[in-house]
Amino acid sequence: MDWWSWDRALEVLPELLVAFVQVTLVATVIGSVIAAVLGLIIAITRRTAPAFIARPVHAVMEFIRMTPIVIQLLFVFYTFNTVDGMTLGVIVLGVHYASYMAEVYRSGIDAVPKGQWEAATALSMSPARTWRKVVIPQALRTTLPALGTWVISMLKDTPYLTVIFVVDMVRQAENYGSRTFVYTESITMAGLIFLAASYPTSVLLRRLEKRLATY
Amino acid sequence: MSDNFDALIAALPDLRSGVFITLQLTVGGVVLAFVIAIVLGLGARSPRWPARVPSRILIEFFRGTSLLVQLFWFFYVMPLFGIKLDALLCGVLALGLNYGAYAAEVVRGAINSVPKGQWEAATALSLSPVRKLRKIIWPQAWAIMIPSLANLAVMLLKGTAVAYIILMHDLTWETDQLRQTTGNTFFAYGVGMIGYFLIAYLMVLGANALERHAKRRLGQGPPKGGLFSVRITDKATAAPMPAANAGGGGAGAGGGVV
Amino acid sequence: MPPTDSTAVTGQPAIRFENVVKKFGDNTVLDDLNFDVRRGERVTLIGPSGSGKTTILRLVMTLEHLTGGYIYVDGEPLTHLEVNGRRVERRPKDIARSTQKIGMVFQQFNLFPNMSVLENITEAPVHVLGRSSEEARTRGLELLDMVGLADKAEEHPTRLSGGQQQRVAIARALAMDPEILLLDEVTSALDPELVGEVLGVLRDIAKSTDITMLIVTHEMQFAQDVSHRVLMFDGGKIVEEASPDVMFTSPTHERTRSFLQAVL
Repeated sequence: MDWWSWDRALEVLPELLVAFVQVTLVATVIGSVIAAVLGLIIAITRRTAPAFIARPVHAVMEFIRMTPIVIQLLFVFYTFNTVDGMTLGVIVLGVHYASYMAEVYRSGIDAVPKGQWEAATALSMSPARTWRKVVIPQALRTTLPALGTWVISMLKDTPYLTVIFVVDMVRQAENYGSRTFVYTESITMAGLIFLAASYPTSVLLRRLEKRLATY
Repeated sequence: MSDNFDALIAALPDLRSGVFITLQLTVGGVVLAFVIAIVLGLGARSPRWPARVPSRILIEFFRGTSLLVQLFWFFYVMPLFGIKLDALLCGVLALGLNYGAYAAEVVRGAINSVPKGQWEAATALSLSPVRKLRKIIWPQAWAIMIPSLANLAVMLLKGTAVAYIILMHDLTWETDQLRQTTGNTFFAYGVGMIGYFLIAYLMVLGANALERHAKRRLGQGPPKGGLFSVRITDKATAAPMPAANAGGGGAGAGGGVV
Repeated sequence: MPPTDSTAVTGQPAIRFENVVKKFGDNTVLDDLNFDVRRGERVTLIGPSGSGKTTILRLVMTLEHLTGGYIYVDGEPLTHLEVNGRRVERRPKDIARSTQKIGMVFQQFNLFPNMSVLENITEAPVHVLGRSSEEARTRGLELLDMVGLADKAEEHPTRLSGGQQQRVAIARALAMDPEILLLDEVTSALDPELVGEVLGVLRDIAKSTDITMLIVTHEMQFAQDVSHRVLMFDGGKIVEEASPDVMFTSPTHERTRSFLQAVL
């Protein structure tokens, strides 16, 4: 048996790309939006809410961050067994990564100099306006690259959706393998597609980080 | 509810063996990842390109392709070349290579952040390159890298749940078995998740104690956040984020380790 | 007190700079530098910052790469040598043999924080010179006694004051029995009240040994007291060269006069 066939690689490529766009990309984009928004809300809650709210929120986030996505997916899947897998999967990814992104925002918010808060107070700006117009815009600048690295991380976690029967690109590759009894090309191509998607993005992020750092 | 606990007690031997599989994957993965991190991390900062370029390529390759892809590669593709690997070994290899590549960046960054004067003083004393690295630079870099490595170790533990996908009877698998016998998802998965959480938290505690010890040897104060805090670092750049429990003081927020 | 000039015996200076060029990128820091340091001689380099003084010490310690020319230590090429008219780099092993004769004390002390004070001192004698640990220990304690820190042997370096750390660093350099000692602005990072103790130790060493010293300092009184010769640098070149008495009382060069006026 040949150990690599370009014919097979090209044959499997279209179905992998379709699964990549329909599942991997969609889950990453929607999951990232959920994570980015929820993470910000959590970070602000932890800074502004009274302790009896902030503490439990923190504890729940810590718990989510320290347990596997796979088991979280299964848990949610069997709890809400009427909702379709893709929807649940996207929400689980989003919430899981919100627990990481909240920490990114937190460090970004902490990095906004105290003088900025004081200046806003001196101008009699309301707390809400200070957050919206002064703190968050500055915090976002410094956190953007770090948020981006978590998005790339999420992209590579999307194959876990397979445990709740969402057919993502890697499952598609495996299915091709079980159809043809040859896994080499399909799984390798799936890996290369991930590499092609994540490596250039991380290079861009590094550049973005340098640009933001010099400013 | 008492039915649940009866089922739990009946399932304890299975859960214990599930935890054992998860721990085997974790320990094996962490050990392999650590070795790979040191080799690739040192390779990536070598001035000689025959060491640097392959290290860089391997790091980007194992970071850039998904963990599950790597697992499937060992599980489905290697047998086609006549190399039949035991599922546990597949898991350890995939976990070790994937997280080892991330950890290599941590090692590289930590070594680079040891002050230049330390290298120069060692050179001025004519210490050999190996001794310089091992006795002078490494102990200092080690103290810097512990929090980031601990984070990756926890992520690796979470990653072991992929073993469920290749039908290994790990903690996730046994958790799902418990769901089937009790019919109570909330209960069964609560048990499973608490199991993972406890293992992860023990790892964090161990890392905090290690870090405290390493810093004391360097004559530095204890790490901020205390023994029980969980600190988060950026996975890709390994830049430390401020201690989760220590209020304020955004030290080293962005790219502290380049 | 003139240097004990053994150059006459061996015919070789302790350090010789021959057409030395050092560039950082497009920036030429040292431009065709030539001078000798005799054995046992103590030479101080003075001049405005950025004039290349520290670079000279770092080149001798092989902490910087030599762009052009040659440096000889004890008559032996240090990092580069001329073979059939071509300039070739020496093997790391050969370079290491030469640098073993050279010790350096840094502005920032650079003690190893993962070792006790005594371990800092014994590390290299044991693992580079192959001495026994008892021998290194005895010698280390002697040296600590000499710098007035005998009671700090087991202490952690970070617990010492800057002045104490620098005295340990001096003891550490001496433990290797260097023929040449490089002192790179060793008091510049110290609080003013700690400068005296470090200079005192160095004065004693200058008086009691015949180690060749190449010194970069802003302490002009110290330079006058211990050196045999002072070189004034500016723009990567030697502007003036004289005995300390002449240099500090009646410099001939206008550039030297204005520099000394500014710092004294």
